[in-house]
Amino acid sequence: MNILAVLLALPLIGFFVVLASPRDSKLPFFFAIVTSLAAFFVSLGLIGPVFADPAHFTSVLNLPWIDSTTFQIRFHLGIDGINVWLILLTTLLIPIGVWISQTQIRERHKGFYALLMLFEFGLIGVFSAVDLFVFYVFWEVALVPMYLMVGSWGGARRGYAAVKFFVYTMLGSVLMLGSIIYLYSFTGTSDYQGILNVFSSGRITISPSDSVILFLGFFAAFAIKVPIFPLHAWLPVAYVEAPAPATFLLAAVMSKMGAYGLLRFCVPLFPVGAHRCADWIVILAIIGIIYGALVALVQRNIKRLIAYSSISHLGFIVLGIFTFSQNGVDGAVYQMIAHGLSTGALFLLAGTMEQRRGSTEISDFGGIAPLAPGLASAFMIAMLASMGLPTLCNFIGEYLVLQGAALTHFPWAVFAAIGVILSAAYMLWMYQRTFLGKSPEPKIAMPDLTLSEWVPVVPLILFMVWLGSYTQSFMPPITAANAQLLEQTRISNEYRVQLAAPTAPEALHAR
Amino acid sequence: MLGNFLPHGVEYLRFLPEILLTVFGTLIMILEVLTSERQKHNLGNLALIGITAAFIANVYAYSNGGAAFQNMIIVDAYGTFFRGLVLVVGFLCILTSFSYLDREKAQSGEYYALILFSLVGQCVLATAYDLIMVFIGLEISSIATYVLADYLRNDRRNNESSLKYFLLGSFATAFLLYGIAWIYGLTGYTNLQEIQRVLSDQAQRPSILLAGLAAGLMFVGFGFKVSVAPFQVWAPDVYQGAAAPVSAFMSAGPKAAAFAVFFRVFMTSFGPMSERWMPLVWGCALLTMVVGNFAALRQTNIKRLLGYSSIAHAGYVMVALTARSQIGVAAAMYYLASYALMNIGAFAVVSYVAGRQERNVKIEDLAGLGRRQPVIAALLSIFVFSLIGVPLTGGFFGKFYVFEAALDSHLYWLTVLGLVNSAISAYYYLKIIVAAYMREPGPATAELPAPAPGVRIAIWATALGTLALGIFPSPLITFASYSASALR
Repeated sequence: MNILAVLLALPLIGFFVVLASPRDSKLPFFFAIVTSLAAFFVSLGLIGPVFADPAHFTSVLNLPWIDSTTFQIRFHLGIDGINVWLILLTTLLIPIGVWISQTQIRERHKGFYALLMLFEFGLIGVFSAVDLFVFYVFWEVALVPMYLMVGSWGGARRGYAAVKFFVYTMLGSVLMLGSIIYLYSFTGTSDYQGILNVFSSGRITISPSDSVILFLGFFAAFAIKVPIFPLHAWLPVAYVEAPAPATFLLAAVMSKMGAYGLLRFCVPLFPVGAHRCADWIVILAIIGIIYGALVALVQRNIKRLIAYSSISHLGFIVLGIFTFSQNGVDGAVYQMIAHGLSTGALFLLAGTMEQRRGSTEISDFGGIAPLAPGLASAFMIAMLASMGLPTLCNFIGEYLVLQGAALTHFPWAVFAAIGVILSAAYMLWMYQRTFLGKSPEPKIAMPDLTLSEWVPVVPLILFMVWLGSYTQSFMPPITAANAQLLEQTRISNEYRVQLAAPTAPEALHAR
Repeated sequence: MLGNFLPHGVEYLRFLPEILLTVFGTLIMILEVLTSERQKHNLGNLALIGITAAFIANVYAYSNGGAAFQNMIIVDAYGTFFRGLVLVVGFLCILTSFSYLDREKAQSGEYYALILFSLVGQCVLATAYDLIMVFIGLEISSIATYVLADYLRNDRRNNESSLKYFLLGSFATAFLLYGIAWIYGLTGYTNLQEIQRVLSDQAQRPSILLAGLAAGLMFVGFGFKVSVAPFQVWAPDVYQGAAAPVSAFMSAGPKAAAFAVFFRVFMTSFGPMSERWMPLVWGCALLTMVVGNFAALRQTNIKRLLGYSSIAHAGYVMVALTARSQIGVAAAMYYLASYALMNIGAFAVVSYVAGRQERNVKIEDLAGLGRRQPVIAALLSIFVFSLIGVPLTGGFFGKFYVFEAALDSHLYWLTVLGLVNSAISAYYYLKIIVAAYMREPGPATAELPAPAPGVRIAIWATALGTLALGIFPSPLITFASYSASALR
């Protein structure tokens, strides 16, 4: 039995079981937590094969799906060093999302759990798809439940936030769809490996200008999803309006979809396009890093502040990918996981604060550290991780990204590093105003974290420390897979140059 | 001598669906006077039986395929596909109508007979192989539909809808007829194959300008029927004014049949001069998508919104025609099938929610549907996501297919603009979801009784069909691409 098939089937089964369970009972929660935990334990089985052969797809699921004269599309999924940790991040965070939903979601639990299951199904599919068509399908499948979660359970402006989120994403997605259809019509396959094979066999080559256009089609979808400055307008409103579990998953997992897509598909499929556009993208990424940090500095709302800090940190991931250096790309992948853990934890804790206070305005807090020391220390750890303190996870990622940037183009690293400094400024200032100092009048009742609230926080903190202090447990497959990806990018690059060069003299000769 | 003109037995067999529908329609008209008021819905059941019989006859006719009545009609895979499609549309619409007519106290055999007669016309259109049959089919279908649009005679919106539909529709038919006359004058034939032969024959070919004008006249006629911009103005008014099940029927059945014959005439007869009409179709496709989608952005009435959306979807089908290829034809077939299902589903939900005299057809009237009728709301969201083109629904694969055909024919700009259009369309379709799930039902919101069995079956069937087309598209693709090869 294929592990990936089981892993994909579990949330789908969970979805139907939750839907079928009675509305006003504990059963929907029970089924959701059981299936999502089962999915987590099943996903652990993916690690072994990846460590054995990180540079190739393992646990491959390859079934015929659409089999007709016109279309042959295979349901092709696989795990390698790049996506294995993202899958695990997903399967780790979904049970946490389910867990916090029992207190954070006040009504219509059943629907919410069902959507969470569907969301997990979509995410696992997105992160493991090898076929572009399958990838697109899961890309949208993950979008719909998130849209419904934001829109149905969110804050006062939920409808607006949800529609903005959906339409923005859709605008990018359709351009990616255009590129996918073009690739399909051009190469006769939508399989990632199949397309690479077609290209490397030299039967079909795409001209540099086509490569740029196709690259931009994919890039539009991923850039909106990450989001890269200036396409981030949907993000703050969606993060703030979404219910706490949805914000948690949006920030922790869903924002990785775009970055992952950039690395997995954009760069290897269109190396020429990627190299030609790299400078512009890096500039946008750096603007995003600094802009996000500066805007975060002036926020009066904790959730908005974390949302903008997220834009800043995600800029590092994009920067790392487009340095095309081993360190940079490794750092980007590591940062995807690290950012998922640290920002996830921050949003989670902000959610518990919101529950106690009914608001996330910074001015409504103050001096709560003595009242709730557990909450304060958990928040402190997540915040320090997010700032990039050594021995915590984000440090590794950001350091590697900066190193990659410095080796490629030193000024990039200088500008990006400003973002790190600013992140310390806005985070510490926010911490100071909320947890320390005087509490506002009237006095706040701020009970400490309960046992049930510790449950999701503890694994997150453990992983933050583990990722930050013992990199060797996670890094080898990432490095191996990235090395191969970069090698492939380089080879096909040179190959194209070679192919373009000899034709000219031959043509002269013939004349 | 006379014997040559008498049709063979097998030719009647090929025409059997139309015969059966006519027989059942007439039977219903006769039984109408004999049936008491409370038994009228049984006439609807009789119509369902008639459609089922016609469907079986359609399949049977296909296994004995070929031309009939001196090449007036042809039973090929393409015709069979569209005959089957319109029959399914008719079946689903009748299912939706039962409770609607009960609610409006307008149950009568006339309604069901009219649907059957309209289906006769659409079946003729699907298999027409001669411009005379095209005209006859179009008229049979249209006249029955004009009357259906005004079925609730005391409703002023129905009157307006029907009058507009009738006036503009007959105007369009006049264009079509004039085009047919020109073609006959130019080529001396009305048979589609013969026209193609003459047009592709260098020696015999008539003036390309005149032939182009004739094609243009017919384009106007067909364009009206399928509501392609700039001939789309009637559609929103008519769909808004007519009774909801009738709107569902009009937006799916007659439209699919008109598209069927549109494609057949342009791909077969005018195939040799496709280079010339392609820019025209290109422009119309783009204009239709833009007009449909942008006008829909501001709508507050669901029926009107679906009316504009049907224009936009006609635009996507036109993209497939612009591709001028077999894969384009197959894509259009796939698209029309999935569109028929999702649109009837959406209209079925509307006709259920609308209530007596269609009081609740504003988008905000859907408020809180997610709480009031969770299952119906979930199924409605399947239709809406399919209309947007979200994967795992028929609407998505239809779009994928259409734009794949377009890119195969190197229509890059049309593809990009079409895709962007479909993203924009998400905005207005999502209003429906926002209302159903994200708004609380107001104090004035009417109580919603559980849906009647007919509507429920129709909604479930269309929803499952929409999902099936999205998840397992292979059988239909295979059949569609096989059928498309018949159009040469």
